[in-house]
Amino acid sequence: MKNLSADIVVIGGGSTGVGVLRDCAMRGYSAILVERADLAQGTSARFHGLLHSGGRYVVSDHESARECAEENAIVSRIQPQAVELTGGLFVVTPQDDPAFGDKFLAGAQSAGVWVEEITPGTALRQEPRLNPGITRAFRVKDGTVDGWQLAWSAIASAKEHGAQVLTYHRVTQIHSADGAVNGVSATDLRTGEDVRIACSFVLNCAGPWAGDIARAAGCSPVEVVPGRGVMVAMAHRLVNTVVNRCIVPADGDILVPVHTVCVIGTTDHKVSDPDHLEIPRNEVQQMLDAGEVLIPGFRQARALHAWAGARPLIKDDRVSASDTRHMSRGMAIIDHSGRDSLRGLLTIGGGKLTTYRLMAQHMVDFMEEQTGNVHPCTTADEMCPGGEKGHNYLITHRLKDREADRLESPIICECELMNRKMFTDLLKAQPNSSMDDWRRQLRIGMGPCQGGFCSARVAGIAHEESAVDADRATGLLKLFLEHRWIGLWPLLHGDQVRQAALDQWMLHGTLDLDHVPSSKGVEPEVTKPKEPLVVPASDEGKKSTTEVKEGNND
Amino acid sequence: MFETDSHEANLLARASLDHCVKCTICETQCPVMAVTPAFSGPKYVGPQAERYRHGLSVDHSLDYCSSCGTCTLVCPQGVKIAELNSVARAAMKKDHMPLRDRIISRTTLMGTFGDPVAPIANAVLGFAPARWAVEQVVGIHRDAAMPTFRTQTFTSWWKKHTSPTPTRGKVVYFHGCAGQYFEVETSIKAVEVLERLGFEVLVPKQGCCGLAAQSNGLFDTARDWVTKLSHQLGVEPGTPIVAASASCVGMLKHEAREIMGVEDPALIDVGTRIRDLCEFLLELSEAGELNLDFHPIEMTVPYHAPCQLKGQGMGKPAIDVLRLIPGLTVIDAQATCCGIAGTYGLKKEKYAVGQAVGKPLFDKVKEVNPELAVCDTETCRWQIAKSTGATVVHPIWLIHKSIFGE
Repeated sequence: MKNLSADIVVIGGGSTGVGVLRDCAMRGYSAILVERADLAQGTSARFHGLLHSGGRYVVSDHESARECAEENAIVSRIQPQAVELTGGLFVVTPQDDPAFGDKFLAGAQSAGVWVEEITPGTALRQEPRLNPGITRAFRVKDGTVDGWQLAWSAIASAKEHGAQVLTYHRVTQIHSADGAVNGVSATDLRTGEDVRIACSFVLNCAGPWAGDIARAAGCSPVEVVPGRGVMVAMAHRLVNTVVNRCIVPADGDILVPVHTVCVIGTTDHKVSDPDHLEIPRNEVQQMLDAGEVLIPGFRQARALHAWAGARPLIKDDRVSASDTRHMSRGMAIIDHSGRDSLRGLLTIGGGKLTTYRLMAQHMVDFMEEQTGNVHPCTTADEMCPGGEKGHNYLITHRLKDREADRLESPIICECELMNRKMFTDLLKAQPNSSMDDWRRQLRIGMGPCQGGFCSARVAGIAHEESAVDADRATGLLKLFLEHRWIGLWPLLHGDQVRQAALDQWMLHGTLDLDHVPSSKGVEPEVTKPKEPLVVPASDEGKKSTTEVKEGNND
Repeated sequence: MFETDSHEANLLARASLDHCVKCTICETQCPVMAVTPAFSGPKYVGPQAERYRHGLSVDHSLDYCSSCGTCTLVCPQGVKIAELNSVARAAMKKDHMPLRDRIISRTTLMGTFGDPVAPIANAVLGFAPARWAVEQVVGIHRDAAMPTFRTQTFTSWWKKHTSPTPTRGKVVYFHGCAGQYFEVETSIKAVEVLERLGFEVLVPKQGCCGLAAQSNGLFDTARDWVTKLSHQLGVEPGTPIVAASASCVGMLKHEAREIMGVEDPALIDVGTRIRDLCEFLLELSEAGELNLDFHPIEMTVPYHAPCQLKGQGMGKPAIDVLRLIPGLTVIDAQATCCGIAGTYGLKKEKYAVGQAVGKPLFDKVKEVNPELAVCDTETCRWQIAKSTGATVVHPIWLIHKSIFGE
């Protein structure tokens, strides 16, 4: 048993948790973040990558719209490396009511969100693949954001201010005495060691899992309604600007160019268990059909990978519980001192990645109201590490980097242009990580071949560099491919079938990976699978399930 | 960077990158990648790098692609690899086109400048200090093959020429820039063979197809030229159009559409009517209408099929036609590329790459017949001749010799 102590324990390593950790640390508190998996492995990475301009909410929710506009500018400034300033368009397709555009313009004006109407011709010149039948178009300041880059740079900032981070630690209990929280127990999932952290405050930022954490503190149930959204990444950027349908927010009305892909999203279904999110084929088809409305020919384009994320909405009695999209997007903070007579515990729910910094500010302000301390929030003023040059992400970055070093280090992941040195450098820093952990940092296997070519190379190099033995290298490779497959098979058609066939011949034919010996359990089980993962048969009835133990987006 | 509404920004070829399964077959066949690490290879520069471009090409090494088109030809999935590269190159050069690339792509300009002063021009191009100066200033390698300027253009011959009475239909003859200024003999022999077959040969006033401009990334110029040429060649509806320059034929048949998005109806009409000279003769032969008396030529010659001919997907018609000549043994050199790739091998920084690419071909020529080799396109002939010392001729020279004697 390891003993630690801190002023504050933050539970959950998604965007909310890392924002809260950074805010606490910058206000001078000692703080420890506990996350059962890797950082930004749940909802914060299972989204479409949109950094909202606020445009989506100008008709329904002025306050959300205004917050998005302000936070978009702040995040783009303090974490420029995580954000691409793509700009956005709202377009009225032939299926949509042009009059909604007037509501949109009026809403933007009263919310203070920058919008500019342009002619359909101008929009088509900017994005030539757009539906030529669009009747109106509006420019907005949407951007795209890498949820992992955002989380890591916030964490790096928090660490500079003295914060600690425990990933792959599962919270087992929140301790209290005399009606006040006084500690958190957790288990290191990799070593099995127990950790006890003495603290005076716990901030529950576990998102869709916040109810489990409240239960670990002995509180009465917090009802979180996870809203499952399915997204599909296409093999290259069909647009270079975020494209939104100018309608009341609905399914499949956003197309987001992020990194080398573009993502169509999303569906919305109430689910009970955020650890087991289905990726139903009919929802994949629904997304492809929705894309067709924005970009004619979308269905023929190559779909790369599908994933599902869970919106962490706390139940709100004002709307029907089954309609999660129309629940408040604003955050909700549950004060357990009033509700459960337990001081020193706050639970946050709702919100959006775009406003993660503001949510953190509100939560820490709320905590200080209770503790009576007052420190100014400075998270909007200080740059996070890695963004000092002030350059926002550009799609051309990696190609330019490889142009400079292409003769020095061979390319290992061809689709995502990762060279050997990038990998061996990371391997030195994080020798005990899984291939999915490495993937999230370097985008290994996230391109069109989905790891078909690079995954065996990566496992081989890890072994060659003596970071892992042969048994672990094989185990990591098998696990990685199993996880890639989860997001592949619900959408297999067209070009991606040919790729999958070639990959299958190489990995399971030539390399006979199925019969290469390896022990089980190379990585900790973050969740227990509800049912064994099956290699899909052709029947439509079977459903793919995203295991939340590994991030799975594009 | 391109205008966002240009063809380049909305290229169909870009959609073809979705078909890439990374099988690497293109890289095993790329003649440039085989000889230099300076070029990252067609898969890298094409479908991989294209995902990182949005109208901007930051990977300047893509210019080491010779545009030979072998990658597109061998791709089993239908990725337009060479076309992707051509467009990316055009984007890269849009704002800083070297003077050299502007000059060597203006083939008519070079011809009209050179021909009236041919003896002087040839002497200058054969004079080492002058070539050194050209290399320093313009960037054309001092040892690179250059055309020989003729004192008489094809059209000046044509004006004085008396045609025999035709016995069958018409054909339009497209001489191309080289056939007008540098390879005048080839054009004359082609016309004489067509007239011997009984055709009424028409030679409308015609300009350049723009291929050199296109392969140097000057798309706007190339589009203008190819469109204008299509209107000039399309004068006789339904009439076959025949040319002895296989690369210019390829431009009209498919490259102008696939690489630059030219959709002018005149181009589409001309593109479906035009035939490479040997392709045209082979079609006649297969229809039993090639009524020519072939006299024997006792000889063995190596034949090189140019990349731009192979890219038309019609096999190697020259070999089939040459084999009609009794006594003539034609050895297919089976080389991928001679290394010139239009104007690529002329350039100072690429000359050595071009020579390395062509080496297997040069060795084969020297082995089979160091005196005489056969090839369908001009710049390839100049490259092979310069690099082997052999005389290199268009197949029509042997066909002409077999029919007419000396």
